[in-house]
Amino acid sequence: MQFLKSSIGRKVLMAITGFSMFLFAITHLLGNSSIFGWLPGGINAYAHHLHSMPSPVIWGFRLVLLVFVCIHIWFGIQLTIENRAGGSQQYAVKAFQKVTFASDNMIWTGLLILAFILYHLAHFTFQVVSPETAALSNLDVSGNPNVMGMVVAAFQNIGITLVYAIAMVAIFLHLYHGIQSFFQTMGWNNDRTISAISGSGKLIAFAIFIGYLAIPLTILVRILK
Amino acid sequence: MSEHHKTMTFTLIVWRQKGPNDPGKFETYTANNITEHHSFLEMLDCVNEDLIKSGREPIVFDHDCREGICGMCSQVINGMPHGGEKRTTVCQLHMRTFKDGDTIYVEPWRARAFPVIKDLVVDRSALDKVVQAGAYISCHTGGVPDGNAILVPKGAADEAMDAAECIGCGACVAGCPNGAAMLFTGAKVSQYAVIPQGRAEASRRVKSLVTAMQECNFGNCSNHYECQASCPKGIDVKFIARMNREFIKAQFA
Ligand code: HEM
Ligand code: FES
Repeated sequence: MQFLKSSIGRKVLMAITGFSMFLFAITHLLGNSSIFGWLPGGINAYAHHLHSMPSPVIWGFRLVLLVFVCIHIWFGIQLTIENRAGGSQQYAVKAFQKVTFASDNMIWTGLLILAFILYHLAHFTFQVVSPETAALSNLDVSGNPNVMGMVVAAFQNIGITLVYAIAMVAIFLHLYHGIQSFFQTMGWNNDRTISAISGSGKLIAFAIFIGYLAIPLTILVRILK
Repeated sequence: MSEHHKTMTFTLIVWRQKGPNDPGKFETYTANNITEHHSFLEMLDCVNEDLIKSGREPIVFDHDCREGICGMCSQVINGMPHGGEKRTTVCQLHMRTFKDGDTIYVEPWRARAFPVIKDLVVDRSALDKVVQAGAYISCHTGGVPDGNAILVPKGAADEAMDAAECIGCGACVAGCPNGAAMLFTGAKVSQYAVIPQGRAEASRRVKSLVTAMQECNFGNCSNHYECQASCPKGIDVKFIARMNREFIKAQFA
């Protein structure tokens, strides 16, 4: 209990939940990339495969993710409020030497990601944003929900693509600071590793950004149909 | 003053606060006849002499050794603790790093855990409370031991000395956007954790120091690393990572 109240303990929980979500984001991207056709049957087959897993597995996974998101948000808000009260806000002139836009705005990029997660779930999981192209009510030739059709219809709309693009910028900024921050918080860092960890963290954040952006953009410019 | 000493003039915008409960405000002063050899504190001495001569209250600021080792001097200059020169305290900051005619902002450390006492002087006893919580070894040292009675590997000794270079000035807290004391506390935890004499009590120490840090109202770390950039001794943020590591390990000890 002392751990959950302590400054470092709460940071460690944020780090573990944040990094788990980051690992989920990578897995999710690899799965989504089946839309480019490397898996026979494309993203429809991938979705069908996911949904044919036993439902305790699916719901167990969703529950864990939900709990992680809640822990991350709860402590994120709590720590940020404490920090804003404790710091340098009162300086008339403050010249930061290391703080970046990304590190200074973790709470805002985080809350933007939260808004996006809710929209994204309504869009492609509950499929209530554009019911006429919902995969669940439009089956493909093999009788699977037509996820491909739903996704393509969505991203041909520049407005929806823009929403996703903005969310990806938020995720990029969050991870730009977050990945290296995870290693520091866990104590897996020292003066010899810090620049490599920080550099590769930023690179991986950028790779995720490009990867996720590739899907809506290739659809928007009609490369992927 | 010989003629090849070109003098400079500065406009100072200085925080003046009569006491802990005074809201405080900025006042503007002119520093005249300053040479490039004046330290920042000597420049303030000149301004204070002028203030005293004209019957006004001098600017109150902390200082002691004036040679960069005691950690008393504590001013945020143009938004940077100790003025932002690498590995330099205010007392060792020289006016040659400024340009003639510059306007310079001078503020006290500002953090929730460091209330202002007067003008540029803040109460840093919160750092002492962290030390009192266990940044020591609780054994009787007895007489002078034989030099090699406890074997300390060179690497560990160096690491401990690097952490012990901290002069406790509080610049890390002043520079941190969260007012956190993680670099200070991390250095204290590390300087003992890496050597055999301190290892035995490492778990207990890290827990009580982290608790004390929090009770003193310091903020939490966001890994901005502003502290390392602010530190006049260049204490490395690897000591924060080590403290995190020690703290996690201590949960299982
Ligand atoms: C759902 C809404 C989210 C909110 C409100 C949020 C908020 C925050 C905040 C405020 C921090 C900084 C805490 C601090 O250093 O003081 C943070 C750190 C972090 N976040 Fe998030 N975040 C969210 C979602 C995510 C997601 C989806 C991911 C991964 C893809 C993620 C990954 C991370 C990581 C890795 C860290 C670094 C942890 C550390 O400092 O060690 N976050 N988050
Ligand atoms: S006065 Fe001692 S370090 Fe500056």
